[in-house]
Parts: sequence; structure tokens; C-alpha cells
Amino acid sequence: MHKDKMIMYMVVATEAVFFTLLILAYLYFHKSSGTGAKQTALLDPLRTFFFSLFLFSSSFTVWRAEKNVDKRNFGRGGFWLLVTILFGATFLVGQGIEWTGLIHHGETVSANLFGTTFFTLTGFHGMHVLVGLIVLSILFGLAVLGDFKNSKTALSVGVFAIYWHFVDIVWVFIFTIVYLGVIS
Amino acid sequence: MTDSNTTTLSAPISLPREYKGLLSWITTIDHKQIGILYLAMTFFYFLVGGIEAIFMRIQLAVPNNTFLSPNSYNEIFTMHGTTMIFLVVMPMLIGFANYLVPLMIGSRDIAFPRLNALGFWLLFFGSLMLYFSFIGGGAPSAGWFSYAPLSEKPYSATPGLDYWALGLLLMGVGTVSTAININVTILKYRVKGMSLKRLPLFVWMVFINGFIILFALPPLNAALVMLLVDRQLYAHFFQAVAGGSAIMWQQYFWAFGHPEVYIMILPAWGMISEIIPVFSRKPIFGYGFVAGSTLAIGVLSFAVYAHHMFAVGLGHPFNIAFAFSSMAIAVPTGIKIFNWIATMWGGRIRFTTSMKYAIAFIVLFTIGGLSGITFAVVPIDWQVTDTYYVVAHFHYVLFGGTLFGIFAGIYYWFPKMTGRLLSEKLGNWHFWLTFIGFNLTFFIQHFVGLLGMPRRVYTYPNLPGWGWMNMVSTIGAFVLGISVLIFLWNIFISLRKGKPAGDNPWEAWTLEWAASSPPAPHNFELVPPVNGRRPLWDLQHPDTPDWKLNKAES
Repeated sequence: MHKDKMIMYMVVATEAVFFTLLILAYLYFHKSSGTGAKQTALLDPLRTFFFSLFLFSSSFTVWRAEKNVDKRNFGRGGFWLLVTILFGATFLVGQGIEWTGLIHHGETVSANLFGTTFFTLTGFHGMHVLVGLIVLSILFGLAVLGDFKNSKTALSVGVFAIYWHFVDIVWVFIFTIVYLGVIS
Repeated sequence: MTDSNTTTLSAPISLPREYKGLLSWITTIDHKQIGILYLAMTFFYFLVGGIEAIFMRIQLAVPNNTFLSPNSYNEIFTMHGTTMIFLVVMPMLIGFANYLVPLMIGSRDIAFPRLNALGFWLLFFGSLMLYFSFIGGGAPSAGWFSYAPLSEKPYSATPGLDYWALGLLLMGVGTVSTAININVTILKYRVKGMSLKRLPLFVWMVFINGFIILFALPPLNAALVMLLVDRQLYAHFFQAVAGGSAIMWQQYFWAFGHPEVYIMILPAWGMISEIIPVFSRKPIFGYGFVAGSTLAIGVLSFAVYAHHMFAVGLGHPFNIAFAFSSMAIAVPTGIKIFNWIATMWGGRIRFTTSMKYAIAFIVLFTIGGLSGITFAVVPIDWQVTDTYYVVAHFHYVLFGGTLFGIFAGIYYWFPKMTGRLLSEKLGNWHFWLTFIGFNLTFFIQHFVGLLGMPRRVYTYPNLPGWGWMNMVSTIGAFVLGISVLIFLWNIFISLRKGKPAGDNPWEAWTLEWAASSPPAPHNFELVPPVNGRRPLWDLQHPDTPDWKLNKAES
């Protein structure tokens, strides 16, 4: 395994522990505070699922980008990077709509324990998507400038894809636990 | 297997030094320079934390003293603990690993030199963030583990705790990035022939340590983030008033805090495992057991944390499970003690300052380990929790253990880093004053604690025995202070007039001694062949190399 990929797997491992603990905090208070069920009724799982589809699909598009860059089709690789950026951004727009709605209902981070845990958990996930979008934009810029002809930078798409898949998988867990109410 | 050609490395990847003087240190991405930056910075904070300790001991020298106000005392013991753990012990060990690991595995540099520099600077600015609290509205004063709800806004209204949490977050990210960087280096940058079974034990310990850091720091970061959300956005994670859970802070904090104890001792064990064989003129006894028991400790370290919480009242099944695991972890720890003793057994021991520190380490760490086992017995823990008995215990493992190990390491590797030997005469004074001062300060605290004196209280009434015992402890602290001054003088004078060391002053066997002292920016011209665990021994004894005698290694 290339060292760049190896260290990214280690980053993902340490991040996985971090998110596990935030999810555990959500589950713990959902059970103990007794208000969780009332608050989760404010969520709109169907609309969130619609926006989640964009994030889930972006795992596929970033994989296409990686494969094309591997085959030295830099134009097509850049195209798939752009699609990934658009999909990721759409997901964030969905999260923005959801948060605004909740805040209008008076459901904020300080309102109750559901708000405290929900906004912390989804907020940190959203922040990871945002960081991913920034890196994606840099990669897209490199693709446009033709920098990938240098084989060292071409690998970076594959390394980034590990991170992006991870952010995607975390959302699978959050969506199942928070929106579908599995386990809780 | 028996290829005797020297291994040629790829062309040097280190860039030529573009800057000179201070700028070369700020811009460096060389693992040796970064390692020295770590050591210099952590030594500075060792002095700061030491001064804080002296302040506490002056306040506690006599009953009902008024040298410090209650609030200043709280700030100073909080900063002393935080400084010694996060700015001294942990990063000092990481600094050693940074300097030594690439040399020991015959590599030119670390896997990601720029990330390595980032890790250091995150630590550096995190430490400034923490210490800025003194002028930014008051230092944190909730103890190094900042128990909720004391750490929440209603009880700690000044921004001290926010600086504390932000500073620790920065340092935490830096620590994780450096740990994974070193681990990738160990996995990918070993010279030809350096199989995992031939790794120097220091590298083994650092490697396992890296994985503990990888899994133990996120609970701290999660807890810090939750505390910040509570304090800055008025959330309710740890506020029982609003349905939150103060116990959750303890669960998350100790899920980090106990593995942290091992993060702070493993690399020191690694140093001892390098130093004792060299000064006993024997290979380590039971290499496999030393490495294997470390792996066992790495795994078990995550399963013992709640022995910090016996007094919480989590229930008998919970307490019994953690009492059992806490006793179990003593077994692999005990194995190592016997390995080191058996290594010395029948050896031709050279009592250098480094070796004296290593031997004292075994004695003091064993005392600290034994008092540690007493905490695993739940009723004893209930009796002595939050007393000076606990303070005595963890200073025996962290000071008597880790810091003695670090001093052994400094006397051992200083010649490699600087090209000059530290003065053995001053070293002898330094060692004995440290040893006497340390035991004077902390041994008696076992008894003060058993008499019931609580820790973290700024003064105490004039109860029978308490006054003179605390005075003994304070005198010991001043002896320790003098020993540190002698050590500083030793470094100062030896850097100028110390005996030139040569490449291998101790006749050691690991690869770092094949480099020049100090090593060139690219570390090695040629790396000796690695056919066993002691490549330099094999090189010097072509007739009786290890690999001929011991098939297990090859």
C-alpha cells in the first residue's frame, strides 16, 4: 500500500472513533432525556433521504474520477470531480434547509438535549463534507491546470476518495440512527 | 539472509538548508531538527511546570499558609498537571521518537516531513493558547481532568477553560498527526533486512504507542468539543440541570485518560529496553515477551479506564469488571520488569549516569506499579481516592517512571544529538539529588494520604503529623529544584566543553550509532547490513554474529 493511502486509512480510523462517540452521546440522551421521540418528529426523513442520495452518489462519482485519473484521462477525471463537488454541495444545501426549518421551530443547540446532540453530530459531519469540498476544489483546480500529468499528484484523488467514502459511510449510520430511528 | 553488503539508500531527499540560524529552525522539515525543537520546548515547559510545583509546595509547607490564595492555588495545580502531561511528558517522548525512529530503522527521514512540522507547530501554538489564559481572564482552575459540572459556565465563568479546551484540541490534533506519521514511517521506511522481528524495542514501543494515540485521543477531542459546545453555545451535554450527564464527561475523559497513562510510559519502557542491554553488555532477555507484553498492554489499556471512577457509584458489576481488568494489566507490566532484571543478571554492568537512571526507573516504577494495583481493589480505592496517596502513586509512575526513563535517554542519546558527552561527574550529582529529592518529596505523601489529607485543597489544619510530613515533602521539592539546576548547568557546559563523543561512545548495537554524531542532514551515507537485532554487533564481530547463534531472529 502506498504511504499516502496508509496514512489516510489511519486518519479515517481515528475519525471513526470520534464520530462513534458523538453517535453514542446522541443515543444515550435520546433514551435518557425522554424528549427525543417528540423532537425527532420535527425531522423530515423523506426530504433528508432525497438530499442524502446526492451524498451517496458522490461516492460513485469520486470513484469514477479516481479511475479516470488512474487511466490518465485527466479531462474526464476533472469532469467527475466537478460532479462530486456539485453533489456534495447539494447535500450541504439540504442540510442548510433542514437546519433553518428546525431553528424556526425553536429547535436549537441550546433548546434541549435533542438539539444539543443532533446539531453537534450533524454539524461535525457537515463540517467534514465542507472540508471535503475544499479539497475537491483544489483537486479540480489541479486537474484543470494539468498538474495530474505529474504522477505524484495523480495519486491524491485516490487518497482523497478514502476520506470521501468515509464521510459518506458516517452519514449512512447517522441517517439510519437519527432519521430512521433504528436502535433508538 | 546473510548478505553482507552494506545497504545503499536512495539519494538524499532532504533539501539543502536554505536558511541559517533561527529561520532554519522555524522552517525545518528535518526530523532531527524537529525532534530537538520538541525536546527544547518540552524542557522549557518542564521548568515552568516545576516552578508551579515549587509554588504549591511552598504553600503547603506549613498548615494554614497564606502564600497563595485559594483561587491561585487552583489555577496553579491545574496548570501544573496540564503542563506536565500535555506539554512535557507526552511531547517529550514524541520528540525522542521523532529524532530516533528514522535513524533506528535506517531511513533518511520521516514519511511526511511537512506534516511532521505541522504536528510540532500545532503543539507549540496550542501551548501558547493554554498559557495565554493567564492574561486572558484567568487560568483554568478545574484540575487537569476538568470534571463537569465544575468546568461548566456557571461554575467556571472565566474563559480559562475555553483556552484550556482549545489548546488541548490543537495539541491533540498535532499529536495524532505525528503519531500516524511515525507509524507509517515504521511500516514503509525500514531499511532492507529490518523485519518487524528485528525492530529495536524502542521502535516497537513507539509503534504500539502510535496506535494507542490513534484510538485514545478521539475520546478526549470529542469530550473537549462537547464541553466547548456547552460553554460557547449553551448546550447541555454535561449539565445535569438540563438533563445532561456529568458522568458522561468522566466516561469519555477516562476512556482517553487511562490509555494516556500508557501513552506516557510506553516509549520510556522502550528507552529502558535499549539502555539496559547496552550497559549490561548483553542482548535483551526475552525480546518477544517485551514486545508481546507491550501489545497486550496496548489492547488492555482501553479496558481499565473506569478504575478512575470507582467512587462514582456505577454499581458492583461495573466496578468488579474494571477491578479485574486493572489487575490483569499488571501482569504484562510485571513481565517487563523481570525481563529487564534478567537482562542485567550476569551482565558486565557499566554504571554510567544513564544506567543509574535506568536502574532507578525499575525500582521506582515498581513501587508506583504496586501502589497502582492497590487502587484496583475497590474498597481501598474508596478509602484513598482523592488523597495524597493518589498523588504519591502517579508521581512514582510518571516522575519516578517516565521522567527517570527520559533522563536515562537524555544521557544516552545526547552524544548522538550533539556530538558531545554530558559530564558524568555532574551527571552523578544530578542523579543522586534527583533520586533523593524525588523520594523525599513523594514517598511520605503515601502516608499523608493514608492519614486522610485530600489533594487539591490549598491548605490544611494543623493535625498531628500533617505539618512535619508536608515540610519534608517541600524540602524534597527544593532538592529536586537544585538537581534540575545542576542538569541545566551540565547541558550548558557539556555543549561547549564536553568530551567529543565519536559515533558510538557506548558501543551500542542499533543503527543510530552507525550515523555520525550529530548525524548528517540525510542521516546515513551507507547503512550497515541488517541480519539480526544488533546490526552493529554483527558488524564488529564477524565471527560470532547474532544470526549465526540465534535462528529465531533471522
